[in-house]
Amino acid sequence: MSCWQTIQDYGLRSLGIGERLLPRSDITLCEQVVLIGSGMIWNVYFGILALSFGFFFAVALAMGKAAKPWFIRKPAEWFIFVFRGSPLFIQFFMAYEAFVMLPRLGVEFEVFGILIEAETRWLARAWLGALMVLFLNTSAYAAEIFYGALRSVPRGDLEAADAYGITGWKRFRRITFPTTMRLAWPAYTNEAIFLFHATTLIFFSSFPAFQQRGDALYYANYFADRTFNPFIPYPIVALYFVALTMCIILLFGAINRRLNRHLPAEARQRLRYRPNLIR
Amino acid sequence: MLDTGQWFACYLTNGAHFLFYQSFLVVFALIFVTAPTALAFGFGAAAASRSPILPIRLLGKLYTAMVRGVPDIAFFLFFVIVLDQLIEYSVHTIRCPDWSEPIYQGANFLVCDAARVPPGNSPQWVHETYNFFLAVFTYAIVFGAFCGNVLFGAMRAVPRAQLETAEAYGMSRRQTFWRVLVPQMWIYALPGLSNVWMILIKATPLLFLLGIEDIVYWARELGGSRTSAYQYPHPDWRFWYFLGLLVFYLCFTRVSEIALSRLTRRLSRGQATMAGEDLRKAAA
Repeated sequence: MSCWQTIQDYGLRSLGIGERLLPRSDITLCEQVVLIGSGMIWNVYFGILALSFGFFFAVALAMGKAAKPWFIRKPAEWFIFVFRGSPLFIQFFMAYEAFVMLPRLGVEFEVFGILIEAETRWLARAWLGALMVLFLNTSAYAAEIFYGALRSVPRGDLEAADAYGITGWKRFRRITFPTTMRLAWPAYTNEAIFLFHATTLIFFSSFPAFQQRGDALYYANYFADRTFNPFIPYPIVALYFVALTMCIILLFGAINRRLNRHLPAEARQRLRYRPNLIR
Repeated sequence: MLDTGQWFACYLTNGAHFLFYQSFLVVFALIFVTAPTALAFGFGAAAASRSPILPIRLLGKLYTAMVRGVPDIAFFLFFVIVLDQLIEYSVHTIRCPDWSEPIYQGANFLVCDAARVPPGNSPQWVHETYNFFLAVFTYAIVFGAFCGNVLFGAMRAVPRAQLETAEAYGMSRRQTFWRVLVPQMWIYALPGLSNVWMILIKATPLLFLLGIEDIVYWARELGGSRTSAYQYPHPDWRFWYFLGLLVFYLCFTRVSEIALSRLTRRLSRGQATMAGEDLRKAAA
């Protein structure tokens, strides 16, 4: 079987498209690369969705933590503390058990004229349950970063805004928010990389892989068990993640340049990749 | 029938639960053995990275760069196996020099019986302790690299003028290092080291992945409705056990945060930094 054939059969295997049976004997390198790459679809899915929803929630949380009234500040502080202070691993386990305990309910609602049937059962599946945990977790971490940046917005900038009569929402939108983003961006880039790496933990959490549609580590583990040789599949996963990290750095670097475009070259903040192991 | 309070008092003090409580000691043992070891490794690496001798300098830099460059928990899963096989292989080559069969037979890693570490007939606790120390060593290597990076940065952050003054007083390289650089670097290292400490706390559940009977293992066994380690029939209570673990970790991080902020204050005393200056003014 040629490698092209393998790509057609297994390229979208993790989504349930293509050949159902996983290779059992005579596993080729090509099959390993393709199937693990197919599993990467899930890692990318979790990473992108958690990051993009988490970004907005994190901004809200950071604003909440910086707010004066205690009934806004305290919940935000506690949320950030709970999710940053405990291991993600435990959060996954706990969330899974909690979602399993939920009563089986079906909810129907309409969005843009399309009838959507939502079930609480979905939360016990990885695609929604694990995503929720990752979303809440990255929100907490990013909120702490944004909060720190919000606190270090130069006072002179705000005074200048006041002098020009820019106040309220307009001041936030035109002055505070862009500066916060600019200051927070290098740290946020590391958080994004770190979140993508954390998606590998989903494999170890209790969330089951439905019909062998797993993530990259699921297939790597499958191959390590089948071929009794962990020295090929795990480095493939590592290489995929290195490539993914490169893509993130490119994308976030472009955004960083845009955020810094009004500054003289020497005052710009550079992105520095600071790997972190565990969250 | 027992009322609720008595029932809980009974339930939470049965034999299996005492094993569960003991496993918390495993976590503490891991942290309190790993932390000093990792700090020593890191200090060695940082000092080596500053060495005037090229090979030592390269070795120090290579160590920090290598461990930090390898992504993710793959390191943890991998390193323990590799270390285990390395130890057995070296014992094998010493004790059984005339062993003719191949060591790798398909899936199996086969060494002669005399080279089994720990020996095959040793009691269960020896195996568990051995696995635990393999895990501690892995943690120490990984976190040593983190510490090394932090300490190297801290050594560079000590104001140059301080070292030049020491040299002007005629101190040797060694004296400057131990009497001026090392006492002053801790305050610069502390934010980074507290970060590493927090990561270390949060890395402890990964012991479960290394096959050690830690708190996660026991929470799953005790909470699950029917498991081999715990015969008492009950519905699935794993959520409550994990909630307990979550609270344990939150308390642990909170206590660490408070302790570390006190330590920062203590170390700022008499330092050439803003915090040290504030303390001096407040006292005067």
